[in-house]
Amino acid sequence: METVIEVKNLRKEFSELVAVDNLSFTVPRGKVYGFLGQNGAGKSTTIRMLVTLVRPTEGEIRIFGLDLAKHRKEILRQTGAIIERPDLYKYLTALENLKIFAGMSGSSTERKVLMDQLEMVGLADRAHSKVKTYSQGMKQRLGIATALVHDPALIILDEPTNGLDPQGIADIRNLILHLSRDKGKTLVVSSHLLSEMELVSDSMLIIDKGRKLVEGKVTDLFDPAETLVELRTADDAVFLSRLQGSLLNTSLHKTANGSIQLKMHRNDLNNIMGRLLELQVPILSFSARHSLEDYFLNLTSGPQHVEAFKN
Amino acid sequence: MWKLLKIELFKIFKRPRTYIAFGAIASIVVLIQVALKFDGRSYVDLLLSNVGDSFDMDDSFKDKLLSGYLICFVILNTLLIQMPLLVALVAGDSIAGEANMGTLRLSLTRPVSRTEFMLVKFTASVIYTLALLLWMAALALFGSMLIFGVNDMVVLRSTGIEQIEVSDVLWRYFAAFGYAAVALTTVSALAFLLSVFAENSIGPIIATMSIVIVFTILSEMNIPIYDRTVKPWLFTSHMVAWKGFFYVKADSEGSTIRGSIENLPAIWRSLSILLVYTFAFTGSAIWIFRRKDILN
Repeated sequence: METVIEVKNLRKEFSELVAVDNLSFTVPRGKVYGFLGQNGAGKSTTIRMLVTLVRPTEGEIRIFGLDLAKHRKEILRQTGAIIERPDLYKYLTALENLKIFAGMSGSSTERKVLMDQLEMVGLADRAHSKVKTYSQGMKQRLGIATALVHDPALIILDEPTNGLDPQGIADIRNLILHLSRDKGKTLVVSSHLLSEMELVSDSMLIIDKGRKLVEGKVTDLFDPAETLVELRTADDAVFLSRLQGSLLNTSLHKTANGSIQLKMHRNDLNNIMGRLLELQVPILSFSARHSLEDYFLNLTSGPQHVEAFKN
Repeated sequence: MWKLLKIELFKIFKRPRTYIAFGAIASIVVLIQVALKFDGRSYVDLLLSNVGDSFDMDDSFKDKLLSGYLICFVILNTLLIQMPLLVALVAGDSIAGEANMGTLRLSLTRPVSRTEFMLVKFTASVIYTLALLLWMAALALFGSMLIFGVNDMVVLRSTGIEQIEVSDVLWRYFAAFGYAAVALTTVSALAFLLSVFAENSIGPIIATMSIVIVFTILSEMNIPIYDRTVKPWLFTSHMVAWKGFFYVKADSEGSTIRGSIENLPAIWRSLSILLVYTFAFTGSAIWIFRRKDILN
């Protein structure tokens, strides 16, 4: 598969602190590449090195096959990025902001082109409002419009769902999927919302203390045999008694919050649902998960990780 | 580069804060002009109090003194000392303000080299400085010419009074404003350099003013050891050299020589020192910024 980003032995030191240590990874074309790590893991520093905001101490970054250190302008011409918050000129309108960043990117500043961009992120009706009157979600959407205004092939989004409400998060998720699947863009997305990353990423990199822990396709990272089903019934005693002697019973336990958990292979999910219905005990809720959060916590087990990702 | 400069100027002139300086200059100039229109005679008496005994001056001569040219000279003397603050407001904000807003991050992910980015920022600061000076020239020079009329210009010096013919004055003002533009560009370059280190524009603005004030005090102090070693190299010592355009040579009979400048080499030397400072400040700012990690 064609590679858009190729990072080799990347290292960044800030005085005594090693923020990124011998990091190597590749991002395939046309995919959504998730970038995960707890706060301070070196995620933001790595992303900043990808867009030349921070100079690597060592290592090589190649984007579109070009050396970033030597071909910065050519690469950035095809790259759109939002780093942390999409901070914009608050005293200017959305249209004016977009015009500025389109102009700086060397792309068209025609009103129609810019309005189309605003339309895409749902801000066309507020095009002439000053950004200082915008909500956080609107600023985020405008930030994304500025990142996309020059139609880049590579889009780097650092924490794009920060500060958004559930609807805003869903909108960004849909936009990411649209850009990747319908427009063939390559996206590098970092987020602390692991469940969101799981929904949008094709492959991902998990780093900790500046070092790579694991990299691969999302479907390959999880063990399908570790799928967890959590359910609540109207009568647990009857339910459990009816399970006696069943194979299911062996992998079952009751949690502190009163729900019942079953561990199984993902392929068995359909069979299990059928079996549960046969038991004729009313099921109040049923959820199957093998979340990235579980995977991540297993990978980097420790209370500090749990706390960091519960936000 | 021109496209980027247009963007930069658009950002500067769309910002309400930019117009504070224009408003401040307009109010000071108008206040001085109104005061001198209604009580100019008292002011002239005050000015002449040191030299009055040496000359026989009747009232009509005093009235002639109060021409638009003299008023502009008075205004320039007052305002060019305050102008660095107004210039620093924009130059000190140019990088630090963007860092503070977070827009620096977004701007530097665009296909623009950092050198280009800095040159555009600095050029925009210089254009702002020139705009301020033009505004000041329009109000102080042409405004005063309209209100007070023009006449021979009298320059009061510690050695006495010099009179410059009316037709020999205007070019001197153009030269003085040109010189002031270079002097203020030096201050702008200093604020620009300090702006690279900060993530809030207040810091570089205050730091610039502190440096200008300390250097001005050193420039004004009469301590022999400083006179020889420090003063000649402080840029503030050379910022007031625009006055040199109004100091004229006299012939053997004591009459001023039309079109002359008493000490042109000194003006050139001062101008060179200011330019060296400007290039050093700007060059350092670009050199540092090119290597800077953007972490805010």
